[in-house]
Amino acid sequence: MSSELDALYQEIILDHYKNPHHQGLRDPFEAEVHHVNPTCGDELTLRVHLEDGAVADVSYDAVGCSISQASTSVLADLLIGKSVEEALGVHQTFLELMQSKGTIEPDEEVLEDAIAFAGVSKFPARVKCALLAWMAWKDATAQSLGTLPEPATTTSTQEG
Amino acid sequence: MIEGLLPDLEVVRKDFPILTRTTPGGGPLVYLDSANTSQKPQVVIDTMVDHLERHNANVARAMHMLGAEATEAFEGARDKVASFLGAPSRDEIVFTKNASEALNLVATTLGLKGDLQVGEGDLVVTTEMEHHSNIVPWQMLCERTGAELAWFTFDEQGYLDLSDMDRLITERTKVVTLTWVSNMLGTVNPIGEIARRAHEVGAVVVVDASQAAPQLPIDLAAMPAEERPDALVFTGHKVVGPTGIGVLWGSRALLEALPPFLGGGEMIETVRMTGSTYAGIPYKFEAGTPPIVEAVGLGAAVDYLSALGMEAVHAHEQAITGYALEGLASVKGLKVLGPLDVTRRGGAVSFEIEGVHPHDVMTVLDTRGVAVRAGHHCARPAHEKYGVQSSTRASSYLYTTPAEIDALVDAVEYTRSYFRLDN
Repeated sequence: MSSELDALYQEIILDHYKNPHHQGLRDPFEAEVHHVNPTCGDELTLRVHLEDGAVADVSYDAVGCSISQASTSVLADLLIGKSVEEALGVHQTFLELMQSKGTIEPDEEVLEDAIAFAGVSKFPARVKCALLAWMAWKDATAQSLGTLPEPATTTSTQEG
Repeated sequence: MIEGLLPDLEVVRKDFPILTRTTPGGGPLVYLDSANTSQKPQVVIDTMVDHLERHNANVARAMHMLGAEATEAFEGARDKVASFLGAPSRDEIVFTKNASEALNLVATTLGLKGDLQVGEGDLVVTTEMEHHSNIVPWQMLCERTGAELAWFTFDEQGYLDLSDMDRLITERTKVVTLTWVSNMLGTVNPIGEIARRAHEVGAVVVVDASQAAPQLPIDLAAMPAEERPDALVFTGHKVVGPTGIGVLWGSRALLEALPPFLGGGEMIETVRMTGSTYAGIPYKFEAGTPPIVEAVGLGAAVDYLSALGMEAVHAHEQAITGYALEGLASVKGLKVLGPLDVTRRGGAVSFEIEGVHPHDVMTVLDTRGVAVRAGHHCARPAHEKYGVQSSTRASSYLYTTPAEIDALVDAVEYTRSYFRLDN
């Protein structure tokens, strides 16, 4: 049974959980969103700063489980510095991995540390934890690009 | 042997087919999420199947043989529920789809024109330890009417702070609504004492018995009139019955004073295009075809509990909860959120473990076959009070064994070692 758990709680995830990267809310930013996962109480405030078509900064304040915290940290590592277009591509690849129920072999070239979340896709109850930051980032990025009317800042998927 | 356990526990467990399920690894399933929903005995399942196979028809409207049988079964369920609660009259039992709907029925109709209408400047009082379903409908009532919502807080041990009684229960107070047993803290609240005070100022007293009905013997008729609530709600699926059926008990005086909730078939007396007159209670509040087979299943469920005896169920719950509190207390860094005195609490035990998020605790426990709930348990304000967002909750019931509690404690210890909390 611990091998099942080890597939979920990869060392990379536990490392990011204990020492999250890019933590804290910073200026400047074009959009700030607050996303919650009402079933477990995870909450995330995330800011996006775009500059010259690139993701200049992702900063955040988050409370939640190891999977959601680590996912936020990995996202920031992965997307900061990429062009918005590339970052949206990574987002799509990560989303597909999470929805794969364990059937996709993750592409390390694209996903880097985020391949550690492949095991999460086999735990349906935890997929939402891994996706919280990614959905927040996409929302904030869309708002920064002016493709979404403000203020659509709080979303939730389910009420308990 | 722990004193107070159901004497034929192994026999009782055989009534619940799902308890023989195993995990994918072949281990036993340890179901400790009964405050969320309880498991169902064979007799409830069989009664519902038999009804659908042999007696299915609409109730009250169908005059043929099957219609008469279905009506008898449905109204028989009302009698069984009335007897389970010790209700002064069977007409005071209203079937709803769940406890939330029952609370919404009361909160909504109290905002409508009538003798009891809540208005601007009135006070509606609840508590900080309510399930969201006993907070939100009252917030909505206050928004609609301009009334003000106020609430009892609770202390570090999880007991209501009654020193606020004079400030909260005044001439302005029109409604006092509270849970009998907290779904998160487990606290058993002194509903009689609060109802007595509320009645002195003429307020309507509503009790959420969603967690009390499964565990405590209830005898409404035996309560002193001043301490008896005016309305009490519970849900079928937590008392070994099916989902889709809830109960509102309301005193005749309250139900007759409240205007109808939903309009439609069966809640009317005469309908004319220029206006309608309404049926008497309880039908006034049962518009449309009701959840018939669910009510029949609930009837079988409360009969099952009555046959075991609610005193015996309560004693079992206390014995198992005491054993669980003792076991969890042995785990380093574990803190129980709620009373530690087993005589003043129910069987839902919420806890946090320093250094591991409840969601992660839940997942590790689940891989060992131990089913618990992680989250805010629809009681976010109560969690805020403790400065936490969520907790892990283990909740036992009449079929829970000491060995299952041992499995819980072992799994919690394993969680601590898996996350290397001592390294």
